[in-house]
Amino acid sequence: MPGSTSSWGVAAITLVCLATVAVGALGLRLSRTTSDFYVAGRVVTAGWNASAIGGEYLSAASFLGVAGLVYSLGTHMLWLPVGYTLGYLVLLVLVAAPLRRSGAYTIPDFAEARLQSDRVRRLASLLVVAIGWLYLLPQFQGAGLALRTVTGGSPALGSFIVAVVVFASVAAGGMRSITLVQAMQYWIKLFAIAVPAFVLLWLWARGGQPLPSVSDPAGPFGGALPAYATREHPLYATYSTMLALCFGTMGLPHVLVRFYTNPDGRAARRTTVFVIALLGLFYLFPPVLGMLGRIYLPDLPQDARADSILLLLPSAMVPGMLGDLLSAVLAAGAFAAFLSTASGLTVSVAGVVDQDLFSSRLNRRLGGDLPRRKTFRLACVVAIAIPYAASWLAPSITLADTVGMAFAIAASTFCPLLILGVWWRRLSVAGAAAGLLVGGGLALGATLATFAGVGSSVSGWLPVLLAQPAAWTMPLAFATAVIVSLATPRSVPLNATRVMVRLHAPEEVTGRVGSHGD
Amino acid sequence: MPRVAPMPVQAPVDAMVVSVAGVGLIFGLALLVIRLVRRRRFVDPVDRATYETLHTAALATRSLRDGLTPEGATRATRHLRSMLGSTAVAITDTAATLAWDGAGSHHRNHVRAHAEPVLSSGRTLVLGFDEIVCHDPDCSIRSGIIAPIVADDRVVAALAAYGRHTSTGLVRATEELAGWISTQIELAELGRQRTRVVEAELRALRAQISPHFIYNCLAAIASFVRTDPDRARELLLEFADFTRYALRRGGAYTTLRDELQNIERYLALEKARFGERLVVSLTIAPEVLAVSVPFLAIQPLVENAVRHGIEHKAGVGHVTITAADVGATAEITIEDDGAGSDPETMRAVLAGESGGDSLGLGNVDARLRQAFGDEYGLVVETAPGAGTKVSFRVPKFAPGVHSGP
Repeated sequence: MPGSTSSWGVAAITLVCLATVAVGALGLRLSRTTSDFYVAGRVVTAGWNASAIGGEYLSAASFLGVAGLVYSLGTHMLWLPVGYTLGYLVLLVLVAAPLRRSGAYTIPDFAEARLQSDRVRRLASLLVVAIGWLYLLPQFQGAGLALRTVTGGSPALGSFIVAVVVFASVAAGGMRSITLVQAMQYWIKLFAIAVPAFVLLWLWARGGQPLPSVSDPAGPFGGALPAYATREHPLYATYSTMLALCFGTMGLPHVLVRFYTNPDGRAARRTTVFVIALLGLFYLFPPVLGMLGRIYLPDLPQDARADSILLLLPSAMVPGMLGDLLSAVLAAGAFAAFLSTASGLTVSVAGVVDQDLFSSRLNRRLGGDLPRRKTFRLACVVAIAIPYAASWLAPSITLADTVGMAFAIAASTFCPLLILGVWWRRLSVAGAAAGLLVGGGLALGATLATFAGVGSSVSGWLPVLLAQPAAWTMPLAFATAVIVSLATPRSVPLNATRVMVRLHAPEEVTGRVGSHGD
Repeated sequence: MPRVAPMPVQAPVDAMVVSVAGVGLIFGLALLVIRLVRRRRFVDPVDRATYETLHTAALATRSLRDGLTPEGATRATRHLRSMLGSTAVAITDTAATLAWDGAGSHHRNHVRAHAEPVLSSGRTLVLGFDEIVCHDPDCSIRSGIIAPIVADDRVVAALAAYGRHTSTGLVRATEELAGWISTQIELAELGRQRTRVVEAELRALRAQISPHFIYNCLAAIASFVRTDPDRARELLLEFADFTRYALRRGGAYTTLRDELQNIERYLALEKARFGERLVVSLTIAPEVLAVSVPFLAIQPLVENAVRHGIEHKAGVGHVTITAADVGATAEITIEDDGAGSDPETMRAVLAGESGGDSLGLGNVDARLRQAFGDEYGLVVETAPGAGTKVSFRVPKFAPGVHSGP
C-alpha cells in the first residue's frame, strides 16, 4: 500500500537488482562451463531462443499496463495482449526467415545489405535510437511506479534506481547478450505473475465473490468489444493501435538482434512460433488479475494509478503476510521486466549510437584510438540519460499508450523498409529513404504533439489521430516508398536481384559448402 | 465532449513543462539533422568552386573503383559531364561504348567508330561538323573531343566530350580528365592485383596443411592400428574430413561453426599424437556460431598455439580457445602457455617482413583486415616465456561478407 513500507517488497526488489548486476558482470562465467569437445555442434535451440525473446519483450507495459487497462476499461481491452502477440505472427509470415538469411544483425545492417546505401543506414540508425528512447521512457516510469507502490518511496527514486542498475549491468558487460540469462528472465516473469494469479484465483473461488456483471451492456465488462470505449472514435483508435502492434513488432530494435542467434532461416521461423506460444501463455494472467482487481478494489485508492492495480491487489484480498509476500513477488517480477527490457533496449540503442553515430566521429575528433569499451560506456550514458530525463518531463500517459507510440513509429518506418525490402525487388534507395523520412517524420511529430498536450484541449478527430497515428502514417509511408521507388528506377541497387535470391532461397540451395552433414 | 482519461490529468504546469521539453527535443533533433547533413557554406566563390570540383571528382572516383565496368562508367560519366560542362560525355573501350550521359544519346553507338583513330594512335582528336553526321536539326551534338585513356602504356579506352562547339580550353580539360581517369584505372588495377595476391595466398595457405602435420598424423594413426583399431579408424575418418574441409573449393568465408568444427577435428588428431601432454579447453558462446569468418582464419592460429605450447616445451601444454559475444562483434581468442616469443619478431611477422616459424599469421591478419577493415586485425600479446595470446574481433555483419560459395 502507498505509504506503508513493505520490507518484503524492498527485499524482493533489491534481490532482483543485485542479481541483474551480478549476472551482467559475471554472466559469461556463470552461464558457460568450459567444456572440452563438440562445443561448436551446440546451437541455441529454438525454445531457448524464444524464451530469451520473451524475456526481453515482456516489459513494464505487459506486466503492469495490461492489467491496469483491463481493470479500468474492462473486457474492451482484452484485444491489447492479443495485439502484443500478433506482431510475431506478421514477423513469422513476412520477414523472419529472409531477415535471418540477409545476415543482418540490426535493422541498419539490413538497410545496408539490401540497399548498399550509407545514408539509408544512417537514417535507420537515427530511427532505432528514437524508437528505443520512446520505449525506454515507460520502463523508467513504470519502475518508479512499482517502487512507490510497494515501498512508499518516491517514484523519482525508483526511476533513478532502474537507470543506475541498467547502466551498471550493461556497462559491466551487458554487451554480451547471453541467451541463457535472458531466457531465464522469461521464466522468472511467468513465475512471478502466474503464482500470485493462481493463489488469488483460489482465494476468490473460496471466497465466493461474484464475477463482474457481463450482462450489463453499459458496464466495463459488458457488451460487445468496442474497445477504447472511453475515447472518441473508439473504432478508429482500436484499429490504429492494432495496426501499430501488428506491424511495429518487427521494427523493435531489441527484438530483432535476437534472431541473429538462429542458425538459419528455418530456425528463425521455428523460434517465432515458440515466441507466439510463450507470449500467449504469459498474457493469460494480466487480464485475470485485472478482473480480480475489479472485484476486490472497485474504487481505485486515492493517488494511485490504474497501472499499479496489480501491486495493490494482493494486500486488498489477503491483508497480512501472504498479501505482502504475493505483492513482493509481483513487484519483483515487474522490476525484472523493467530491467530486462530496459537492458535489452539500452544495449541496442547504445550499440547503434556507438557504432553509427559516435565512435568514428569521436575518434576522428580526438585523433586517437579510443578503446571500444570506453566509447560504448559513453554511448550507454546517452542511451539511458535522455529517456530518464524525459520520464520526468513526460505527462502521465499510461504505460501501454507510450509503448503504443513506439510501436506506431516502428510500424510507419521499419515495417515498410523491411516488407518492401524483402518482397519488392524494385525498392530504390531514394524510395526507402523517402518512406523512412515521411513515416518517421509524421509518426514522431504526432507523438511529440501528443506529449505536448495538443490533444487534451481540443475534441474531435485531431487528438485521436495524433494519439494513434499508425493507421494513417503507415499507409502514407508505404505509398511514399513505392511511388518514389517507381519514379527513381536508377537508384535501385545494382545487385538487388542477387540479394533477393539470398534472402529467399533456403540455405541448402545457396549452399553452405562447409557443412559436412552428409 | 472532453476526453476521459483513465486517471486524473495533472495541472497546466505539467503541460508547460512538457511543451518546453518538446520544443527542446525538436530543437535538439533539428540541430542533429543539421550536423548530419553538414552542408558547408563557403563565403569565397573560388573556395566553393574548388570544393565542388574536388567533391565531384571524389564521387567519380568511387564509381571508377572497380575499373572501367559499364555500371561504373555509367555512374562516373554523370560526374565527369558536370566537371567538363559539355552537352554529353561518353566513354568507350576497345570493344564498344560503355556509357553515354547527356543529350543526344542516339549518337551513343557512333562513339566507338569516332574513337577508332584515338584508340589506335593514342592522340587526342577533335571532331568537327563534317565528321559527326546527324539528321536531326535540333540535335546539339555537332562537335566532339576524344582523348585517350592510357593504362600500363596501352590505350585501353577513350573519353569523348560532345557539344555544339569546342574550345581550346575544353580540349585541354578533356585531356586532363582522361589522364586523371587513367590514373584511377591504374589504381583500380592495383587494387585488383592486391585482391589476387590475397587470393593466391589463401590458396597457398590451403595447400599448406603442412607436410609435417600429414606425416605426424599418419604416424600417430599408424601407432594405433594394432593396439586400438577402432580409434585408428576414427582418426582416419577425422583426417579425411579435415582434409576435405581444408581443400574445399568455394567462397572465401565460412561460418564460425564450420571453422570450429574443423578445429575440433584438427585437435582430435593432435591429441592422438601428443596424448596427455596437450590440454585444450574451448569456451564458445553459441550466439556467435553464425558469424561469418574468413575461411581457415582460425585453424592456423590454433596450429601455432599447439606448436608453441607443446613442441618447444617440456611437460603439459594448455591451449585455450574462446569465442565471446561482444555487442555487434564476436571476439575470438587463442591462448597458449608455451615458450612465447619476442614481441619484435612477432611485429615483423605481422608486417609480413619475415615468415618466422609462425605459420600464416601475417596471412590471417591481412585477410581479416581486407574483409572487415583495418581495425579488425590480429592482436598478439606475447613475451619470451610468457606464452602467447592471439585475439581478433569479427563484426556480426559486414557488407559483402557472406559465408557460402
